[in-house]
Amino acid sequence: MRITQGTFSFLPDLTDEQIGTQIAYAQKNGWAVNIEYTDDPHPRNTYWELWGQPMFDFKDPAAVLYELAECRKVFKGRAYIRISAFDNTWGWESVRYSFIVDRPEEEPGFALERLEVDGRSQRYSTRAYSTDKPAGSRY
Amino acid sequence: MADDIATAPVIDLDAAFQDSGVGPILEQLETELVGLRPVKRRIREIAALLLIDKLRKDVGLTSQPPTLHMSFTGNPGTGKTTVAARMADILHRLGYIRSNHLVSVTRDDLVGQYIGHTAPKTKEILKKAMGGVLFIDEAYYLYRAENERDYGQEAIEIMLQVMESRRNDLVVIMAGYADRMNQFFTSNPGFRSRIAHHIDFPDYSADELLQIAELMLKEQNYRFSPSARDAFSKYMAARMSLPHFSNARSVRNALDRARLRQAVRLFETRGHAITRDDLMTLEADEVLASRVFAAAEEAAQEN
Repeated sequence: MRITQGTFSFLPDLTDEQIGTQIAYAQKNGWAVNIEYTDDPHPRNTYWELWGQPMFDFKDPAAVLYELAECRKVFKGRAYIRISAFDNTWGWESVRYSFIVDRPEEEPGFALERLEVDGRSQRYSTRAYSTDKPAGSRY
Repeated sequence: MADDIATAPVIDLDAAFQDSGVGPILEQLETELVGLRPVKRRIREIAALLLIDKLRKDVGLTSQPPTLHMSFTGNPGTGKTTVAARMADILHRLGYIRSNHLVSVTRDDLVGQYIGHTAPKTKEILKKAMGGVLFIDEAYYLYRAENERDYGQEAIEIMLQVMESRRNDLVVIMAGYADRMNQFFTSNPGFRSRIAHHIDFPDYSADELLQIAELMLKEQNYRFSPSARDAFSKYMAARMSLPHFSNARSVRNALDRARLRQAVRLFETRGHAITRDDLMTLEADEVLASRVFAAAEEAAQEN
């Protein structure tokens, strides 16, 4: 099951050139670009691990793509990697947009879990199959 | 193939030159930088090459982008830093680099203080400079022959690697005094071959120094009186014969001292009305009061 999240989630995965163009757009607007990764794809898991440091002062996409390549060397095929652009101007102070740039080779998807409570009532939740295994050996 | 030739459009070099916006910047270089013939010639050559390259690309002739790493050598005060700052602008207008920014660093910014500190520090600077120009002032400090455990060597290796593998992403310019840079290149042969342009900045002649002085004064809204101009040209002749002469930097220092003396003169004549002209003009006395004249005479007598 192909998981989609964030901006461009209805598009096929972006090529490196397209990623570069998106990064250039963020840099043009003065947003800090970050590379984040995770192996827990649950949609409510919003805090991913940060790769390296936030890239506040790089002026060119080449520098971010260089870091992305470094990150892929470690996590390619084993984790989700996304790029986010953080706007620090007053009143915004939040992520402007983020998109997935890399994903594990195999994505097992989610299970629907039912919990019976208070007689006949049911509570629903989703659980990623991959989180059955301990962190670090999921993909 | 025959069709291709028949329908091949004529390439308008003149229009391409106009479009590129290089003309004004070369002219500006001509008017704002005095002397420096070989430097200007090399910049012209690079500009021409990049323009032709762009035209070739337009008609489908592919070639490797040229390597533009440079090394500027020359005596103190010959304009190395000034030209490097312009270089980012020139290369950007020529479309060789993507953004018009210059990151200026020295040894301190590249080399760490303990083991494992240097590589991330150097990489950070290189990434910061990507898309633009990285200017390393006093580059020979990177290598310290007397200390074989110096971390400078590590910074050099990382830089060499990036200069080679990512030459489309950044241009590295190194500057330093000629003799020490030569020594630096001898001990790091990899550098000499990876730098395509070795540009030597010549010393200025006395006439050029006088022109520079007038340009500097004009920028700060001062001017020489005619007699002061003569005095200054004598001053330059005397100063050039003395040790530690550092070209344009000596000129600037001399002018700063002349401004001090002018301020004192104006201050002491208070009670009289002072005009705007008085505030702007440097007189001969202010130049002649320098102790350089006495020192030069003394040196001449000793010889």
